[in-house]
Amino acid sequence: MYTQALNQQPESAPREADNAEAAARFQARIDAEERIEANDWMPEAYRRTLTRQISQHAHSEIVGMLPEGNWITRAPSLRRKAALLAKVQDECGHGLYLYAAAETLGTSREELVDQLLSGRAKYSSIFNYPTLTWADMGAIGWLVDGAAIMNQIPLCRCSYGPYARAMIRVCKEESFHQRQGYEIMLTLCRGNAEQKAMAQDALNRFWWPCLMMFGPPDTQSQHSDMSMRWKIKRFSNDELRQKFINATVPQAEILGLTLPDPELKQIDGVWHHGPIDWDEFHRVIAGGGPCNRERLAARRRAHDEGAWVREAAAAFAAKRAPKNQTEKQAA
Amino acid sequence: MPTPNTPIWEVFIRSRNGLAHKHVGSLHAADATLALQAARDLYTRRGEGLSIWVVPTASITASDPQDREMLFEPTASKPYRHPTFYEIPDEVGHM
Ligand SMILES: [Fe+2]
Ligand SMILES: [Fe+2]
Repeated sequence: MYTQALNQQPESAPREADNAEAAARFQARIDAEERIEANDWMPEAYRRTLTRQISQHAHSEIVGMLPEGNWITRAPSLRRKAALLAKVQDECGHGLYLYAAAETLGTSREELVDQLLSGRAKYSSIFNYPTLTWADMGAIGWLVDGAAIMNQIPLCRCSYGPYARAMIRVCKEESFHQRQGYEIMLTLCRGNAEQKAMAQDALNRFWWPCLMMFGPPDTQSQHSDMSMRWKIKRFSNDELRQKFINATVPQAEILGLTLPDPELKQIDGVWHHGPIDWDEFHRVIAGGGPCNRERLAARRRAHDEGAWVREAAAAFAAKRAPKNQTEKQAA
Repeated sequence: MPTPNTPIWEVFIRSRNGLAHKHVGSLHAADATLALQAARDLYTRRGEGLSIWVVPTASITASDPQDREMLFEPTASKPYRHPTFYEIPDEVGHM
């Protein structure tokens, strides 16, 4: 049945469809670079993996508004304030594109949001770090959005059509985010000694957490193999991390800043970094980062304080529904 | 006597693998199944499509073109939403 609503599981998702033949046909489509669409048959594990990945990506965009939102009222000029406001607004938009893409896989928005608020779902570790100075707005735009771009560009070719198309939209919007961040850094670095020190301090604090954004090293990564086979992922965590470092080192040089890694050195054109503190990464992911509680508390508060709006909208829609019906019949 | 009230449907076609469905036009049909068949006959005679969506026109809520200024003009005054607004030295290259 091709006319079914996209957000419903096929009624007759029979177990026999879950057989080896269907799985082989599915894999052949993936191998042929065909995009999988919401109504297509897919293995349950593919659906689960993508629902988890896309919803966690959405949560990250939403929670990611908080560290930057912290500085909107204290931006140093109207120009910076307008730009930061526009960026945070974009991140909200990214979250909404992504929730909608996740919902095509059959889990409702309400359920996905509940997974975040109840602490069952994860989001990017980077947003559990505090934003202590204005320079952090520069470091986040430059590095956090820079790392996000590295991650997201290959996702534009993800095998799941709705996710890939959402990523194309997101990537178009990210360039401004990174450039406004870099411009902030550049302005501080061309300023007085105190301002430059502030930029260096922000870089020092955000550098390692940014490298962790790409996830655990390939030797420890749990989900990678299947994700690569299904072409959800196109590059390994370490490959993306390496691309990010190669792109970022010259950018730091132009700023006149030093990356906080004494072991960083170039061998045959490739930058090698010192050891990453994976204990810290696991601690932050598990809820023990500097701001985990604060971030979730802020999301819960926003959700609770918005309840009356959702209720009022639903009540209003319900009140109008019968009236619309009679209008249509009369017409 | 003309047949009254055959519903109108909007037709969307995915022209290529991975692309979104794009609106191509509309048609009349008594129900969804017929609409899908009619869309196939009417809009895909030259291999234009990989898949078709049909949506009852009555289900679409559209903005009024007269409201264009009110809805979209405010974005004209926000050049800072575009990457070119920011000054990045040439030596940094593409960002
Ligand atoms: Fe984003
Ligand atoms: Fe961004």
